[in-house]
Amino acid sequence: MPPVPAAASQPPTNMLGILASIIDGVLVGLVYGLAAMGLTLIWGVMDVINLTHGAMIVAGMFALYLLVSALGINPYVALPPVLIGGFFVGLALYWIAIHRMIGRPPLMSLLSTFAVNLVLIGIGTGIWGTALFNVAVSLPGVSFGRYTFPGAHILAAVLAAVIAAALYLFLQKTRIGKALRAVANNREAAELVGIPTTRLLAIAVGCGVALAGVSGVLIGTLFPFTVLSGDGYQLKGFIVTVLGGFGNPVGALLGGVALGLLEGIVTPFVPVSWTLVIEFVLFVLVLIAFPGGIFSTRRGAL
Amino acid sequence: MLRRPFFWIIALVIVVFVTVPTIGNNVSLREGLALAAVYIVLASNLNLMLGYAGYVNFGSIVFFGLGGYICVWLVNSYSWPLGFSLLAAGVGVSGLALVFGFGILRLRGPFFALATIGVNEAVQAFVENFKPWGGSSGIYISPQVFQPLGGAGRALWVIYFLLVAAMGASLYLSYAIKTSKFGLGLLAIGQNEDAAAILGVPTPRYKALVYSASAFLPAITGGLYFFKSAFIQPSDAFDLSLSTEAIVICMLGGQGTVTGVALGAYLYEELRGYLLTSPLFSNFQLVIAGVLLLVIVLFFPSGLMGWVYSRFPGTQRVLE
Repeated sequence: MPPVPAAASQPPTNMLGILASIIDGVLVGLVYGLAAMGLTLIWGVMDVINLTHGAMIVAGMFALYLLVSALGINPYVALPPVLIGGFFVGLALYWIAIHRMIGRPPLMSLLSTFAVNLVLIGIGTGIWGTALFNVAVSLPGVSFGRYTFPGAHILAAVLAAVIAAALYLFLQKTRIGKALRAVANNREAAELVGIPTTRLLAIAVGCGVALAGVSGVLIGTLFPFTVLSGDGYQLKGFIVTVLGGFGNPVGALLGGVALGLLEGIVTPFVPVSWTLVIEFVLFVLVLIAFPGGIFSTRRGAL
Repeated sequence: MLRRPFFWIIALVIVVFVTVPTIGNNVSLREGLALAAVYIVLASNLNLMLGYAGYVNFGSIVFFGLGGYICVWLVNSYSWPLGFSLLAAGVGVSGLALVFGFGILRLRGPFFALATIGVNEAVQAFVENFKPWGGSSGIYISPQVFQPLGGAGRALWVIYFLLVAAMGASLYLSYAIKTSKFGLGLLAIGQNEDAAAILGVPTPRYKALVYSASAFLPAITGGLYFFKSAFIQPSDAFDLSLSTEAIVICMLGGQGTVTGVALGAYLYEELRGYLLTSPLFSNFQLVIAGVLLLVIVLFFPSGLMGWVYSRFPGTQRVLE
């Protein structure tokens, strides 16, 4: 089943239908925004594009699947363990693939994270193949005339917004968050005032991967997934990041909503298979027109 | 150029590729060498971007796939002879790359890499929806088209020799660019793009040109490859794992060297053949490629040739 928003499953013919499709697009867009936040956090702190992001999203999806099918828990209870587990996976990723690349040409960190991605995807396909997995979520939807917004979409959007707000507060109010922003702004200066930069870089990767895992859990409650789904969401993450500005987590949420809006507007009018073409063309065009991102602020404004 | 020993080393490699499988009509050896030739073409053209200009192109396979589609489509729908179709594929894809290269010339470093991923996905998604090219089910060619080449059996030999020619051309192109002023400019971009621009290297133009140049031979090779299999579909034509393997090969052999990349391609082809036939590893081929790439990037960033150069410094003057 292609991931069509349920509200748009019948081609709508009136304004109300298009409106419903747009609202559903925004709901899903908030989740895309959350998926991109981890990517943009790591980029903002250390100028590394984490190409394992897609694999980490998939890891979140499969953690959800295993927890739900093995323990029979509510899907949303999987969020805290994935958040904590993702953080430690991120620390490991930093020490394995990123630590030695800090200060080397960007090509090298792209290649090292890409290599880890290959390993993870290879192991995943070796174990699960490319079969489609699905986590059933039964929540009452919200009806709106002839259209019903699935409860899972609404809850996922709300949770995405809550997690994004928590990240914002973490970066603005806590000591570690402030130190992270200092490292993002100027690593040498941060080091001079006694901030342990290496430890903070590791923490940033941990947070980034934890966010990827959590967004994987939320996406897993919305759409069916395979081991290879991560690539698509990682690319969506890039599009969102490019729309929202590199290294700007709040912009990422806006970028996500923009992408969701675009999908909501486009789906009623063109076949689903073309939305991908439109998104990638937009991605390349935006990248060319606004190399820093549309909603970008000045560099280092994490 | 004719007086340089490296010119004759490349010529020797081509002669070996042409003569060895023809002795005793060894078809299985020919198929292995044909795959090695494809890897050498893909990797050494990727090396123009990755090794010389220091720009990683994650979607280099898009040239190969598009070239394959243009060639197969022209042969099948318009009955063009193979030679013209191949030329059209090469020129067409190279032209597209030039136009696109000028579009993305403003992007630097990782942003360019992201754009190349987007390009591959966009082209694949486009082809899957493009009806004249058969959409997601692809194009089959009827065996009739092999008749002008003297039947299917002889056609396979003709295609093999053309593949070897494309391989030789790739090696000479890499060598010629490396020893030219253009190549010097690219290497300067790879070292420090700002410094290169200040010293008068027209960086955007050079980047677009090398992007276009690195498209020509992979497009022709794609045409040959898919003409040979008489079938093309989007998932094969734009298979990102081939792009990935090309990157692994470049890093394995030593990015920026001509010899290393060719050697890396041959070694990787042998390794891959072994892994595919071994029951333990056949499902974990990507894992092995990933671990290999990670180890090289972390510990041996200059690859095989880096080791050779430091061990035998004299080789630097002979082997490019």
